[in-house]
Amino acid sequence: MSMREKIRQAAARYPDQRSAIMPALLIAQQEHGHLPGPILEEVADILGVERIWVYELATFYTLFHTEPIGRFHLQLCDNVSCMLCGSEALLKHLERALAIKTGETTPDLLFTLSTVECLGACEMAPVMQVADDYHGNLDIARIDALLARLRAEGAQAMSADVAAAAPPGE
Amino acid sequence: MFEAVLLKNIDLPDGHLLATYEAGGGYQALAKVLREHTPDEVVELVKQSNLRGRGGAGFPTGMKWGFVPKHADKPKYLCCNADEGEPGTFKDRIIMERDPHQLVEGLAVSAYAIGAETAYVYVRGEYVKAIRRLERAIAEARGKGYLGAGVLGSDFNFTIHIHCGAGAYICGEETAMLESLEGRRAQPRLKPPFPAVAGLYASPTVINNVETLACVPHIVMRGPHWFRSIGPDKSPGPKLYCISGQVKKPGLYELPMGIPLRELVEDHAGGPLPGRRIKAVIPGGVSAPVIPRDGLDVGMDFDSLAAAGSMLGSAGVIVLDDSTCMVKVATRIIEFFHHESCGKCTPCREGLNWVVKVLRRIEAGEGAPGDLEQLDKLCKGIFGNTFCALGDGAAMGLRAALAHFRDEFVAHVEERRCPFH
Repeated sequence: MSMREKIRQAAARYPDQRSAIMPALLIAQQEHGHLPGPILEEVADILGVERIWVYELATFYTLFHTEPIGRFHLQLCDNVSCMLCGSEALLKHLERALAIKTGETTPDLLFTLSTVECLGACEMAPVMQVADDYHGNLDIARIDALLARLRAEGAQAMSADVAAAAPPGE
Repeated sequence: MFEAVLLKNIDLPDGHLLATYEAGGGYQALAKVLREHTPDEVVELVKQSNLRGRGGAGFPTGMKWGFVPKHADKPKYLCCNADEGEPGTFKDRIIMERDPHQLVEGLAVSAYAIGAETAYVYVRGEYVKAIRRLERAIAEARGKGYLGAGVLGSDFNFTIHIHCGAGAYICGEETAMLESLEGRRAQPRLKPPFPAVAGLYASPTVINNVETLACVPHIVMRGPHWFRSIGPDKSPGPKLYCISGQVKKPGLYELPMGIPLRELVEDHAGGPLPGRRIKAVIPGGVSAPVIPRDGLDVGMDFDSLAAAGSMLGSAGVIVLDDSTCMVKVATRIIEFFHHESCGKCTPCREGLNWVVKVLRRIEAGEGAPGDLEQLDKLCKGIFGNTFCALGDGAAMGLRAALAHFRDEFVAHVEERRCPFH
């Protein structure tokens, strides 16, 4: 299904098209990785709503990214429960291991590191979200194992991208 | 031994599937109300049960339903607040991930009671697994005729839609959630009109929390008197407690409303980590004022905690031990509220920014004489002066930390360092 079709399908759930902007932005972000201006305009056109309505949501809600982010977005919770269970030391370790500061993306565009507010999984604090998955009861060893796995996955995906981009027969 | 009701399927590997739910008596409450009760009778049952909203405010659910006008020329809506964002809270996520049909049946029975044919479940966007499980549950329920046109052969039509949030704590505030559902920035509305009269798309709307809705089928099957026999009469029922922080056995516990906080933390959750002592407990998510160690005999229900100067809130119980700096915890909490302030009201938007700056410098050992008085003054300027409860929660939490642990704040300023470092 194309992005347009997915958005039209989501919009059918609401009596007012404006309500469909949030689901449409989530769909668009899934397709494109982030939400640059032309994509926001396309969403507005598909729904037939004012562009400013789309911009205001894309910039208000923290799960929408108007700037590119890494292939793996590491979102470490540092709210109270995770802080009490050692998230600060994990954040320092992540910054060292990735050689970036919180809020930055690695030069190979593999990782973006963020701290986030409570993920609602405090029973397994400290916890980090990567893509759709929660990783809980984290310590330095678990973080290292996760980073190694993600690096391997990333390398595989990137070589697949290169292969797909190469002209046939080469 | 207390019989778990809300969590009875939680540890079953297939607890999220319809077959498991049906095997445990699932959807019988829906069949029963459609067969035996008028909508008004269901509202009456919930009124008699004294069920109070589990989202945080503790408003009587039956009374909220009763505010919906009987004859409206617009469609009525049921909205489920599943935007669980109060730090320390994870009960709704676990219900949706592991027993989503309990919510689906609660929605169907509640929608029948208030006369709604459409429900929107507003789930926070981070809860991807919960969203997938709930989507599957809705599809399964529709396949068996528990949802859709003419539910179980009756003339009740009912559809559930999921609306994904996108990261905004303020959507837990019910009118902000409605704004967000309508495709706007989530900023609270001025009340009145209350949502029961003019809510979603200016139509009569009831907004209930996940756990609240999950209680409803049990009230139908076991009766309001069963519900009221558990815990204090004015604040009764089985209750989910989320325990986290510096404690041996963090997790989700179902126990009677009103259980002493000490019993919850020391017996059920195993008490402090080895070699540590409990310093204080935040009983209901970070909006709830902290309770120092000597206050732990308070009952975990809406009225007892209010009388003790705190609140049950979302029952997100965060345990702090004696290795923890209260200034640091207070700073982190206010940083959270500052980040999540929607920006609508000046006292909250600017006041919390100011409070964060003062707290950070105190924690860094750079506090100045007069800083604590400044914090007192800022709390006064925020509390009661905002549209919604976000600013109030921040101010109440900080006031409690300043009142109970003032010595610690003073030590930071006088010693010009954090004594815990």
